[in-house]
Parts: sequence; structure tokens; C-alpha cells
Amino acid sequence: MKRSAIAVSGLRKAYGDKAVLDGIDFEVTSGSVFSLLGPNGAGKTTTVNILTTLLKADAGTAHVAGHDVASETKEVRSVIGVTGQFAAVDDLLSGRENLRMMADLKRVRSAGRVVSQLLDRFDLEESADKLAATYSGGMRRKLDLAMTLVGKPRILFLDEPTTGLDPRSRRTMWGIVRELVAEGTTIFLTTQYLEEADQLADRIAVLNEGRLVAHGTPAELKRQIPGTHVRLRFTDLQELDAAARVLATSTRDDDELTLRVPSDGASRSLRTLLTRLDEHGLDAAEFSVHTPDLDDVFLALTEHTTTAHAGTAHTTTHATTHTTTEGTINR
Amino acid sequence: MSAVATTLTDSAIMLRRNLKHTLRNPTTVFNAILFPIVMMLLFVKVFGGAFDVGGAAYIDYATPGLLVMAISYGLGATSAAVNSDMSKGIINRLKTMDVSRGAVLNGHVVVTTVRCLVGCAAIIGVAFAMGFDPAASALDWLGVLGLVLLLSFAAAWLTVALGLAAKTPETAGLGTVPLIMLPFLSSAFVPAETMGTGVRQFVEYQPFTPIIETLRGLLLGGLSRGDAIAAVAWCVGIAVLGYVWSVSTFKKRA
Repeated sequence: MKRSAIAVSGLRKAYGDKAVLDGIDFEVTSGSVFSLLGPNGAGKTTTVNILTTLLKADAGTAHVAGHDVASETKEVRSVIGVTGQFAAVDDLLSGRENLRMMADLKRVRSAGRVVSQLLDRFDLEESADKLAATYSGGMRRKLDLAMTLVGKPRILFLDEPTTGLDPRSRRTMWGIVRELVAEGTTIFLTTQYLEEADQLADRIAVLNEGRLVAHGTPAELKRQIPGTHVRLRFTDLQELDAAARVLATSTRDDDELTLRVPSDGASRSLRTLLTRLDEHGLDAAEFSVHTPDLDDVFLALTEHTTTAHAGTAHTTTHATTHTTTEGTINR
Repeated sequence: MSAVATTLTDSAIMLRRNLKHTLRNPTTVFNAILFPIVMMLLFVKVFGGAFDVGGAAYIDYATPGLLVMAISYGLGATSAAVNSDMSKGIINRLKTMDVSRGAVLNGHVVVTTVRCLVGCAAIIGVAFAMGFDPAASALDWLGVLGLVLLLSFAAAWLTVALGLAAKTPETAGLGTVPLIMLPFLSSAFVPAETMGTGVRQFVEYQPFTPIIETLRGLLLGGLSRGDAIAAVAWCVGIAVLGYVWSVSTFKKRA
């Protein structure tokens, strides 16, 4: 068992009456990529700010590289690198000067060489001597990350590193993150995009309204996604009742008058299903085959309690009333 | 490295950054150096002939006040720059890197002081070109330098505090307007005795008047001990206020 690079227990933070983090626990194994996934306002940045010593938690403990983030800030800061949500580059300095300033502040030996290597690695050499103000969004993010990497931090915090980037820049960022992982860096990544977490993370935790509602490997999360299913909509409750009796494996939604029937979506099973409806004289007003993508689980898990449908397996109604067991989705 | 050495090195790195900022921003350079000279030409060549300053050559009378005005213009860019450092991501980056807390502010204070001194040097140079004829000894000049340095340093801390206290860079710039107005409501350009009662009382008791009178005394002779003490006391007071205010606001914001 590798030791934890990050260990968080019972973390709470409130602004006035509003609880932003309502008791979260997780661990990040050294050398792995951990992704905190959640919608805007879920508490992702607050978590990053607490772990990077920018903010004090109201309750709970957090350790980074074995150091308490509240009392051993100096030790924590010496091992971490942080790239925030908004590129923290100095617009009136060139790319090279920005990197040089970081190297100087971190007292890096042979700073000039370190700076050239980073410019080369991030493909910024051509614009190295132009002011950062003239950089494109993607270049600023790259420079921002390059600045974070000066001094080779062991644990990296990337807060929504690709939000607002075009698809190509996003892929470039992913490539860089993979290289860093290969070098043994531990990465704590927040993102709104499940695809990004899926591409990069060893473990994913889904944060919603200050609570972790799911926690596991991407594969484990994907297993929780409701499989391909057929959605049938009926015109009235009686029809729905009748159909629900016939199709015992289905899940019903009385408000929408729909039935969700697990199916592989192949023509043979669809034909069988339609034949069964016919045999019982049932007529669906609407018939559709759903092949859910990864976003479905995210949406299901982060749905507001008020909009959660009775009988749907993945709602916050269930998720928030149970404590998270590692490796499983609450249901 | 000791804590003091760390702070000094970090401050020097931040100073280098702020110097580059100043040099790359033509507006800052213009406001700090050229604008006071423009004002000087305006006052001396256009208005000066009409002012009664008790028989002295107007350039001699106005130069001490113009020095103070140069300082107040030199401050201009600082509060907005400090505020933008705090509101943009850069301060968070520095905080997670364990850069000495004061370094960011020290860098701003030093670069502001340097900018003010350069502005004052330019005013003195142009003054001589326009026939400025001071009666000052080397020791008096040293006194002038000391007071200009002290005022620049004190006002720089106050400006940094204004920048930290403001919500946005735009309002931060506005906060320093009173500092720019104060030289006009002093004995910089016309003697206080020539003003109306209410204004005169304000002029006599505001900080820039004893500072200007002290500079005038040093440069032209007739230094008043009371003015000199008041000038130094005001500067020290402003410096302490600015420093304490800066540090407490910085702790809250950073």
C-alpha cells in the first residue's frame, strides 16, 4: 500500500449560512491522478484552496504529503504546485520573464536552463520574449502550468485546467498531464468534464453541493451508468400501470408517464419487446432507444433532490443520505 | 537563508518585476515624469507672471512645490497596480509558493519611491534650465533629498494601502486623487496669505504646506524650525499609517 499524497477527513467550510463543503473525505495515492468532478458551485475550488493553504477549513483535517495544511503551511507549500482556474501569469512580463521570476522566487539553480527547457517542453519558444498579454488563451494556460512546474513540485493541483480551451489545446493539456504522471507526479485535478476525468484520472470523486456523492475508478463509475434502455411513453396512468405489470424489469416514472426497459438495443430484442406490447394490446405513444453516455451518470448524480424521480436509481435523495464507501456509488 | 535575507531577496525579485512594469507602461512614465514638467512650464511660463509671491523670481518660489507635486504624480500608478495584483491570480500563485508575505508590497513601495525620485530629479533639472537660482549649501541639498525621499516613501505606503483597500483597480486609481489635489491646496504655487479665510486655514494645516515650506527654506534660505519638525512628523505619521493600514488590509485580503 502506497502512502497517501493527500488525505482529507471531515472537511467543512461555510460562508455565512451556506455550507460549501459539508464534510468530505478522500485519499489520493502517491503518484496517481485524482479527479474531483462536479458542476459549478459544487465546492471544487474551495477544496483546492483549502488543500493549497489559501483558505482555512472550518472543521476536519487535510494532509498534503503528510503535512497538516492548517499548521504546516510552509512544508505543504514547498512540495505543491498550483494552477488555478484563471491563468495567474503576469501580463506585462514576457513568457520567459514570467518563468524566470518563478525560478528566482524558488531559488532554482541554473535558472536560465530550467526556463529554456520549460519553454521548449510547452512549445512556447517562439513567443518566449513577447509579453504574456499578447498570448492566446491556450498559450496562457500552458505558460501558467509551466510556471507551476518550475522547481518540480511533487504534488500538483490543477483547478479546471482546460475550462474555456478549444479541443486541440485541451488535448495538448491532457498530453502534458500524462507526461507528468509518467514522471511520478501526484495530480489533483478538478473538472466539470467527465470525459476529462475519464481520460486522465485513476480515481474520480463526484462532488455535488458540498458532498461527495460518488467515488471510484472510472470503470467503477461507468458500471453504475444505467445501461442501454428503451424508453416508452404512454398517454395515461392506466396504460402505464398495465405496461409496468407486463414488463417486470422496467422502471416507471409516473410524472412523465414513461417506462424504462433495460435492453441491449439490438433489433431482435426490440422486436420481442414490441411484440409483447402488442400481445397485451398496449400502445406506447413514444418509443426511443437510449445509449447513455458518461455525462448521464454525472447528471444523475448531481441532480437536485427536488428534480429526482422516484424509482430512479441514481438520485441525490439516496446518495446524500448514505456515507460514501470507497469504490462504490451510493444508491 | 535567514528570514530577513529571504524577504530581501524576494523583495528584490518583485522590485525587478515592478520596474519592468513601469518601464513598459508609457502612461506611467508620462504621468510620473513628463506631466509634472508640463505643469511646471504651465505654472512658471503661463500663470507665474501674474502671481504675486513677494518679489522673488517665480521659478524660485514654485520649484519646492513642484517637487511635491511631482511626488504626488509619481504615486499615481501604484494603487491600481497593487489592487490588480490582489484581484488577479498572481497573488494566489505567490501565496502557494511561500514567497515572503511582505515582498509584493515592498516591491511596490520601492519602485514607487524610485519613480518619485526620478520625477523630482527631472523637475530640478528643468528648473535649472529655466533659471532656478537656489541659495542652498551641500548640506541643504542633502536635507532636500532626505525630505523628498521620506515623503515619497511615506506616500508610497499610503498609496499601497489605498490600493489594497479598494475593491477594483479603477476605484483604486480614484483613491489617490486627493493626493494629487493637495499640492494645489497648499502654498506650492501662491503664498497662503493671499487666499480666502477658509481655504487659508486648510492650507496652513494640511501636511504638504510645512513640507513645501521646509523645502523652500532649505533651497532658498530662511528655514523655519517649526515647519521642519512638522514636515518630518507628517511624513513619519503618513508612513506609519500607510504601513499599518497596508499590512492589516493585506492580511485580510491575502
